Formats: sequence, structure tokens, C-alpha cells
Amino acid sequence: MKRHLWFLLSNLIVLGCLLGLWQMVVWLLHVPAYMLPGPMVVGAAVEHRFPSLLQSLLLTSTAAALGLAGSVVIGVAIALVFAQWGWLRRLLFPYTILLQTVPIVAIAPLILMWAGSGVTSVALVAFIICLPPIIANTTQGLISVEENLVHLFLMHHATAAQVLFKLRLPHALPNLFVGMRISAGISVIGAITGELFAGSSRVGQGGLGYSILYASGQLETDYLFALVLAATVLGFVFFFAGMFLEWYFLHHWHESNRSDVPE
Amino acid sequence: MNGIPEISVDGVSKQFRSGALALQSVSLQVEKGEFVSLLGPSGCGKSTLLRLVSGLTEATGGTVAVNGMPPANARELMSFIFQDATLLPWRTVAQNVGLGLELEHVARSTREDKVAKMLEVVGLTAVADRYPRQLSGGMKMRVSIARALVSRPRILLLDEPFAALDEMSRDRMNEELLRLYLEQQWTVLFVTHSVAEAVFLSTRIVILAPHPGRIEQVVPVDLPWPRTAETRTTKAYEEQVAQVSRLLRGVRALS
Repeated sequence: MKRHLWFLLSNLIVLGCLLGLWQMVVWLLHVPAYMLPGPMVVGAAVEHRFPSLLQSLLLTSTAAALGLAGSVVIGVAIALVFAQWGWLRRLLFPYTILLQTVPIVAIAPLILMWAGSGVTSVALVAFIICLPPIIANTTQGLISVEENLVHLFLMHHATAAQVLFKLRLPHALPNLFVGMRISAGISVIGAITGELFAGSSRVGQGGLGYSILYASGQLETDYLFALVLAATVLGFVFFFAGMFLEWYFLHHWHESNRSDVPE
Repeated sequence: MNGIPEISVDGVSKQFRSGALALQSVSLQVEKGEFVSLLGPSGCGKSTLLRLVSGLTEATGGTVAVNGMPPANARELMSFIFQDATLLPWRTVAQNVGLGLELEHVARSTREDKVAKMLEVVGLTAVADRYPRQLSGGMKMRVSIARALVSRPRILLLDEPFAALDEMSRDRMNEELLRLYLEQQWTVLFVTHSVAEAVFLSTRIVILAPHPGRIEQVVPVDLPWPRTAETRTTKAYEEQVAQVSRLLRGVRALS
């Protein structure tokens, strides 16, 4: 407990020092606020624009969460198909890598054209960048089951479905969560990127991405900083939510989450 | 006795896809209630022979019959115990032991009943709700044995099950296995590379030679039953170990 407290305290001290340094630079070099606002000005902007900031945050997190959830459902389904039929995996797996290397900034306008502006397109962009890590990791977990375990199942006349859902899927859970941890972090980036192109400009419907465009257009640099701060916090929240889910589902049995020593 | 051997291997060969000949015209008959050990240097195909009997792989020549049936049709009669405990880490001890029954759609109440009884037989009742990672190597192996026995097999196939254990636990597991063997009267095919283990457990030892895998010698073991820890201190046991070691050295010199 004492160690945890000290860890927290030392982190806060570092944060305080960094903020202090930032404020000093702004003061001493007389940097104008539209170039680099000091932390106090940013703090004031957060306070002043809090309702709209919160609304943007909620919109972006909704889109990111939808995209992430969709990628988990579809990604696991695709991985199950890949695990069941090896020839299909060999045929199609390279394309999932292609999905990862395609620059999302380049296809976002296309998605806007197809799906219109709004939360659907934004979630779709998040979905696309979240999908490859889920597919790759889950597939890896599904197919790396020890051969003897498969034999054990076969000795008991296990059906293909039993091997898949009672052996391969639980075996792949740790891998799925690794994928989810990666995707949770980038889902927020995906959603914001999506909003830069496809966010709705109607009042109260622009997420963080749209608000960032707006704030930079208006040279409201303090608000821009507040938005960046909000986006960063959101990424953190998603990442830790993923970590929590992983701990919740795996800590009973998985080695990486062991909390007690045997015997 | 109905005249049909429990396990019958007749002129069996196994060639891997790579072309390597794992077994060449091997013939072996195992009668009901026998405890037969397959002993030999690595590469002699002893594990392959076990897998052929289990029906997990098929012979490229000759025939294998279990109770007169092709192995794949006789799976209900057999249980396989692997070198590693091969437990599912996300299942508790009780759930692991009940796995086979669950896959065969045995009703839950019956299953829980059988699992509880089996856990008692192997002395695991106290750890029924633990996860495998909380168990020692010997305990894990015991769970693996319980899982194999819960379906009341007539034939037990073991592939170097105690190779990873330290000598003390290995000896203890051997004694326990024999106690259960006398109680439940299976027919056993046991792969090992430990001479002492083979002599202690078996009614018959089959010594195999490598390249290509073939049966070199069959040695009957006539130590008195029941065999306990004291058996290891007798002169007859020591002599038998020495004899089998000598034969095995001969095989190694050949390879």
C-alpha cells in the first residue's frame, strides 16, 4: 500500500514539474497564447468549454467503442473461420495485413462518400483500423493449440464444433486480449481520424476530431490543447478498460495474471 | 477369455510422409489384463506404436485390432495418457477430469458424481476447485490419470507419463498406478525409457530397436504381486533390472 502511494506521489511530482516547466517557458519567452498557451490558460479553457468538451468526448468515445466492439465480433468470427479452414486462411490472411497497411487517412474520404457523415462513418473508420490486430492475434491463438490436446479431444469423439469452442477459443482468449489491448488504444485514434473527415458539423454533433478542426480554424489554441488532452485521456481510458477486461476474464487461470504462488 | 486378444498388432509398418520408416513389420499380441511396457532408445517407434493402437494415426502396412475392432471404433474402451499432463488451464481440476464425459454428452449430475468418486480414488478431492497452474507436476499428472480413468476404460495407453517427474514422485506414482491396476484390472500398454520403471510395473517388457523400429526382444517379468515399494529392494527385482539393462545396451550397440 505504502509503495503504491509513493509510486502515485512520484508520478504526480513529475507531472507537476513538467507543467511548471511548460508555464515557465511560456512566461519567460513571452510566447503568444495562440502559438502555445500555458497550462493555466488551457485549464481555464477546459473549465470554460467543459459542456461542449464533454459532449465531443462522449461522441468520440461512442464511435470508438462501436468500432472496437464491431471489430471484436467480426474479427473473432473471421479468426474462427480461418482456424477451421486452413486453405481459406492461407488464401485470405495476406489481405488482412493489407487492411492494416492501407493508409486510413486516404480511405476515410471514401467512407464519407459511401456512408455519409456522422457516427456510422466514424465508427467504420475505427472498425477498420481495429480489425487487423484482432484477426491476427486471435487466429494465432486458435491455431497454436498443442497437438496432444487435439488428440485428447479426438479420443473422446469430439466434434469439430467442440474442438473449436471448448478447446481452441478458450485457448485463444489471452491472444484475443492482446489484440484488444492494441485495438483499444488505436480505436480512439481511428475515431478522431474519422471525425476529421466524416464528423458531423451540426451543432452538438461534432466529436473531438471535428472540434479540433474547428478550434484550429478559429485559432483557439487553448481549446485545441484542451481537446488534445481529452483525446489522450480517452485513449488511456480505453486502454485500461481493455486491461481490466483481460484481468477479469483471465486472472483465475492464466500465467500472465497469476496473483498467487503455488503450494 | 473369449480367445480374441485385447490388442493385436500384426505385421504393422509405419512410414512417415517424409519417407522415414518408423516401424517395420511389428507383431505383438496383448492379452486381457496384461501390463506391457514398450522400452527402447529414442527413434525406435515406441510412441508411434502406441499411437497406432489408439487410432490417432494409421498404419501404412499390416493391421491393428483392439478387441477385434479397428482402433478408431474401439475408442470407448481406451484412454490415453500423454507425457505432459495436457490439462486445460482454464478449467478447474474437477472440470478437467470431467472433460471426456462432457464431450460425450454424459448428463451433468452423472458426470459430477463420477468425477467426485474418481477424485477420491486418486486423492485429489481437496484440490477439486483449483486451477492447474496452482498444482505441482506430480499433482497435474494425477489429474491427467484421473481424467483417463473416469470413463472406466478397459485399456490404458500411457506415453512416458512420468518422464518429467523427479524420481521420488515417479516411484510414488508407479506404486499408485499398480494399486489402481490391481483394483480396476485394465490392460496396459506403457511407453517408457526407464528400465527400473518398466520392470517394476510390467508383466511383460517389449524391447524395441531403432532404424527401422522393430521388436528386438520380449522379456516376461515374474516378480510377485502385489508389488510395493519393498519390491524394489528385493534381489529378484535387481536381477531383472540388470538383465533388461543388458539387453537394452545390446540394442543401443546395434543402432
